[in-house]
Amino acid sequence: MPFGNTHNQLKMKYSAEAEYPDLTKHNNHMAKALTPAMYQRLRSKQTPSGFTLDDVIQTGVDNPGHPFIMTVGCVAGDEETYEVFKELLDPVIEDRHGGYKPTDKHKTDLNPANLKGGDDLDPKYVLSSRVRTGRSIRGFCLPPHCSRGERRAIEKLSVEALSALTGDLKGKYYALKNMTEAEQQQLIDDHFLFDKPVSPLLLASGMARDWPDARGIWHNDNKTFLVWVNEEDHLRVISMQKGGNMKEVFTRFCTGLTKIEELFKTKGHEFMWNEHLGYILTCPSNLGTGLRGGVHVKLPNLSKHSKFEEVLKRLRLQKRGTGGVDTAAVGGVFDISNADRLGFSEVELVQVVVDGVRLLVEMEKRLEKKQSIDDLIPAQK
Amino acid sequence: MASTFTRMLSSRNTAALVATLGAGTLASGYLLSESGISAADKKKLYPPSADYPDLRKHNNCMASALTPAIYSHLRDKETPNNWTLDQCIQTGVDNPGHPFIKTVGMVAGDEESYEVFADIFNPVIKDRHNGYDPKIMKHPTDLDSSKITSGVFDDKYVLSSRVRTGRSIRGLMLPPACTRAERREVERVAVQALAGLKGDLSGRYYSLTDMTEKEQQQLIDDHFLFDKPISPLLTCAGMARDWPDARGIWHNNEKTFLIWINEEDHTRVISMEKGGNMKRVFDRFCRGLKEVERLIHERGWEFMWNEHLGYILTCPSNLGTGLRAGVHVRLPLLSKDPRFSKILDNLRLQKRGTGGVDTAAVGDVFDISNLDRLGMSEVELVQIVIDGVHYLIDCEKKLEKGQDIKVPAPIAQFRK
Repeated sequence: MPFGNTHNQLKMKYSAEAEYPDLTKHNNHMAKALTPAMYQRLRSKQTPSGFTLDDVIQTGVDNPGHPFIMTVGCVAGDEETYEVFKELLDPVIEDRHGGYKPTDKHKTDLNPANLKGGDDLDPKYVLSSRVRTGRSIRGFCLPPHCSRGERRAIEKLSVEALSALTGDLKGKYYALKNMTEAEQQQLIDDHFLFDKPVSPLLLASGMARDWPDARGIWHNDNKTFLVWVNEEDHLRVISMQKGGNMKEVFTRFCTGLTKIEELFKTKGHEFMWNEHLGYILTCPSNLGTGLRGGVHVKLPNLSKHSKFEEVLKRLRLQKRGTGGVDTAAVGGVFDISNADRLGFSEVELVQVVVDGVRLLVEMEKRLEKKQSIDDLIPAQK
Repeated sequence: MASTFTRMLSSRNTAALVATLGAGTLASGYLLSESGISAADKKKLYPPSADYPDLRKHNNCMASALTPAIYSHLRDKETPNNWTLDQCIQTGVDNPGHPFIKTVGMVAGDEESYEVFADIFNPVIKDRHNGYDPKIMKHPTDLDSSKITSGVFDDKYVLSSRVRTGRSIRGLMLPPACTRAERREVERVAVQALAGLKGDLSGRYYSLTDMTEKEQQQLIDDHFLFDKPISPLLTCAGMARDWPDARGIWHNNEKTFLIWINEEDHTRVISMEKGGNMKRVFDRFCRGLKEVERLIHERGWEFMWNEHLGYILTCPSNLGTGLRAGVHVRLPLLSKDPRFSKILDNLRLQKRGTGGVDTAAVGDVFDISNLDRLGMSEVELVQIVIDGVHYLIDCEKKLEKGQDIKVPAPIAQFRK
């Protein structure tokens, strides 16, 4: 966040040691990777838009983390952050994304025809299916660093692009600061409305500045395709529907994203992307595909099984409560999604979810009948 | 070069990108965008009107005063420390305020903020400090506590007495803006000075990062411990960065003189004791402050102060004396009298609950303190509190005896 750090060069009068953060009680990826020597080498640098090392790490300094949950602890303020501060971000990325190396290449594949199956998840267990990702508009600073003028320009561009969507993707934009009480209530009832972030992880990075200016929600008339503007990223794109037809959800996801990208291009803009990091987003944890594909699935028996966590791990899946990240499961219903983001394509990751959930449901059915699931336990993917 | 170039291109990149990239901008394995827009270019691309905040739903002093013209004039200015207007006003943009409570809505990042951004700070100061005009008026500083009269209250009514202020160390940036090294320097300078205090002022420093569980509990029991700010008014201004690095509490062995380091200001200085001896509290306050000032002078430091704004603190509401002198006083009958608010107003006093600002009164015990900070000296403000509290206790006693009370005439505000 551009606070206290604009005078970056003036800080040079203090030694690197005098400025080095106290990370002795910290447990996040940034604290693991940052050393005094690295800090010394990087602290005089800044991206062309003025984002500094201290800006990158502020959220990780302010939020020591949790003994069990490893947060990332750093953010990007613009696309160039990942280049200028690669000495810090490469090890963070490698640690967070299962050993992804600075020389690795990331595959992008948004062709839904490449997904096998996925239209057959049992709706008696799979209550809903959802795929989300994020996109950043090249040339603009990211939420931790953008000015009000930039944020508004992002909103304007996005709304223009989205308003050109047609057919089942046709929809409407609701700016947070202009919505009526009735609209707000409807969006809440639809579980579409996002709130001003309260997590200190997000607040400390500066992405909630000027709330709710230039923030809003767009969704199609069918309520199956939703875009968040200027929340944690420039755009968050979500395709969702009730039931287990992940294939349909993913198809709409890919079609929508591709159309939006085309519309941006007609206006002379493109998404931030490169062949090493894939799609560039604010948080290093969302690089690559930025994709979280998941379902709400009833697993009351399996979730009590001693091997549940191990199975998820081997399937490269993660569980969350039905309120999303950092919530608890309610009524045996879990949010199951892909654990990976980078180094696998969109199709590959959704395939992992589809195949994995199919297996989990099979296990649940076995346990219902009090049968063993030992023969179903998968090898590590 | 061109062939290496095209080999690295994937199908995702358009021809336009190729055209705008020069050979020199290629980094190994990456494709850089044609943007990488510089901060200077951004300013040209976005005129002040594009960045002007939406303050239509706001109710704070900054929002009342910040016109598009002023914003336009000040947006691209910086203090010598590179602190900007947007940084000053961020907390006021993020916190629209309350329909009934008018917050200030802006902070200073350094001493020079008040000068460089005078066009917005001055009207805010005028609004908050009842018309005080920094351009033409001078602020009196007077820490001679011997001038105080009748400074002892009836213990049956006054449960405790307290005086607090803040001090900033010249040359170091204020809490919204300081770097970690600067904050640690503030801590070092302050702690070193405080270590030189003797006699009844001799005491000890407890750094927030190093304190033991036991020390922490003791400080909580003494009501000395301050916590990481949660109020968005403070967090949006950036003063909670790097918590708890370089924050701490110093207090004397008698627990009557307390200093907070690097909370909302560089230092907050508090003198307090149980009972109604405000004179003694203020004596110790002045003595302690002067001694600390002498000790930092010895090492070549001084407090931020000038003759228009008095002592410079982070929030414009604390300029001048930065002083809040108050008592916890029992007023069960007077507080129920419909004239209570008017009496306080005319005496230039304010009431708070016994938990401090934004809390409710408990058991008819009120925190009564001076409303004003700027334009009157420390001695004058403490005398106002003393005279006012005597009046309130007098009213309470009259009501106890079934006699009627009078609303006093409004006392004069600061000298012009």
